[in-house]
Amino acid sequence: MQLKPLARSLVAVLSIVVIAGCSSTGGTQDGDSYGSQDGSTTGSSTAGTGTGSQYGSSTGSGSGSGSSQQADSRIPEVRTIYFDYDRDTIKNEYESVVMAHARYLRANPNAQVVLHGHTDERGTREYNMALGERRADAVARFLNIQGVSSSQMSVVSYGEERPAVNGQDESAYAQNRRVVFNY
Amino acid sequence: MQSLSKVWLFCALLLISSLASANNLTIEITRGSDQALPIGVVPFAGSNGMPEDIAQIVQDDLERSGYFDPLARSDMFEQPSQSEDVEFGTWRSLDVRYLVVGRAEQTEGGFELQFELMDISGQRRMVGETVTVRGNDLRGAAHYISDQIFEEITDIRGAFSTKIAYVTAQGVADNMQFGLYVADADGRRSEQVLTSDQPIMSPAWSPDGGKLAYVSFESGRPAIYIQNVATGQRVQATSFEGINGAPTWSPDGRRIAMSLSKDGQPEIYIMDIGSRSLERITNNNSIDTEPAWAPDGQRLLFTSDRSGGPQLYQYSLNGGEAERLTFTGNYNARGRYSPDGEQVFLIHRSSRGYQVARQDLSGDRLVILSETTRDESPSVAPNGTMVIFATQQGGNGVLSAVSADGRSSFRLPSAQGDVRDPAWSPFLN
Repeated sequence: MQLKPLARSLVAVLSIVVIAGCSSTGGTQDGDSYGSQDGSTTGSSTAGTGTGSQYGSSTGSGSGSGSSQQADSRIPEVRTIYFDYDRDTIKNEYESVVMAHARYLRANPNAQVVLHGHTDERGTREYNMALGERRADAVARFLNIQGVSSSQMSVVSYGEERPAVNGQDESAYAQNRRVVFNY
Repeated sequence: MQSLSKVWLFCALLLISSLASANNLTIEITRGSDQALPIGVVPFAGSNGMPEDIAQIVQDDLERSGYFDPLARSDMFEQPSQSEDVEFGTWRSLDVRYLVVGRAEQTEGGFELQFELMDISGQRRMVGETVTVRGNDLRGAAHYISDQIFEEITDIRGAFSTKIAYVTAQGVADNMQFGLYVADADGRRSEQVLTSDQPIMSPAWSPDGGKLAYVSFESGRPAIYIQNVATGQRVQATSFEGINGAPTWSPDGRRIAMSLSKDGQPEIYIMDIGSRSLERITNNNSIDTEPAWAPDGQRLLFTSDRSGGPQLYQYSLNGGEAERLTFTGNYNARGRYSPDGEQVFLIHRSSRGYQVARQDLSGDRLVILSETTRDESPSVAPNGTMVIFATQQGGNGVLSAVSADGRSSFRLPSAQGDVRDPAWSPFLN
């Protein structure tokens, strides 16, 4: 249900990847499966309306990659991205973060990242484990489409078990819905 | 010499009780049933100075069940200790329907307790028994007496001698401490079973009450372990890539249903404990998790978002398609069967929040039972009268329980940290 915007951004990213000449056979399938799930559900959040601009933002990240040769030797400093409630869509504002990690991982084929998926505390624990995994999987697929080898990535969902902050308000919840890049 | 050993025993008991109380949960009745039966539990003669107040434990057990409304001790004009001394008129004037009287005596190897249950309106003795206590297990003996009284009056087997397992957590983010505990059903006498700086989740009792299956992240990833509660010995049952979650035992104790995401998204599997062989039950692109085994061993209940959001489904192990059970609202998860297999208790997202609810399998009407709105992890008492669950109070995770009919509830706050993921044991005797 929360895959709709990602489907479009993946297609957008995918086309850039293809243009750039990177190989990503797995990515094509991902894009297809996202698209098919998309059609069967109705969106329940306003997050979807922002996705049109992701074409633009992914172009922007492409320009970033040109000037990053030096930076790619260091692990990117921003290692956490945040998600909307009940969603695993990588938001526009965090695409550049994920792209920076993609560049680092491509430039350092021996580097390994563990993607930790987290949710806020609402809902049942084991179901939240599954939602946390979806978020981390979404980032892994994004990285994969960017040409990062699957062998460099692994995913661990912590569900709601390791909140970044304690608290029962939206500000705490928002800080807890996240994927963390662990090197 | 003898008095010296008594002092020693007393000191040892003091030490034990102070150690144990560090993580004890204390009961607060949050809602009393208007249909509760008035009962008097008279302090046991001879129990003064004993390490436990037996009558108080019995009274608290009965009150917590929601079936009884105990008379305050201060309202008792007299304190008989045997049936011959009970003046029925006195107790009738106090509107008491049942009366428990008893005596306690210290013996060579422990204690001897005698109790009698009186029907005040019927002016008769209903039941009585002499209970021999080895060592200092007065609490265990008191829970046993509660079980006898409860069953005699309600015709329902008492579940006061059962245990609960639960998880505690302190700290935040990368600096956390988790504990797995087993305590009496009233939250007392807690014992730590496991401690870790990585998450512990989803404890599940084996049907004989001897083992716990649970999820631990101690290796850096989730894995399912099976631990012998008495000896602490344990084995790692699964450590597949991805989620290893939500273990639940088959009624015969030979298999464990679980959720594994090794093939992509979380799917329900059944593992044969002896051979470790896996049978895959669900197969689709959605989340399938939180399995529960029906008491008849023939059906599995689980949460799936195949319809868009989480709903409960039931799958017959004899074949066929999984059948959707819940249709009220857009979030119904973590279902557990009643012991007769005819109802399910679950977490339902209402307009107020996440609440414990009940649904008959014969219909699709859903009844909200709890008054709290951040509820998780319902677990049903083996006699089906109460459901224990995790909720929040003042920003802390606490355990709470509600009667299966929603009429009464109590809370088990902890002195420190979050308490969550309760699992009510099967009958242990």
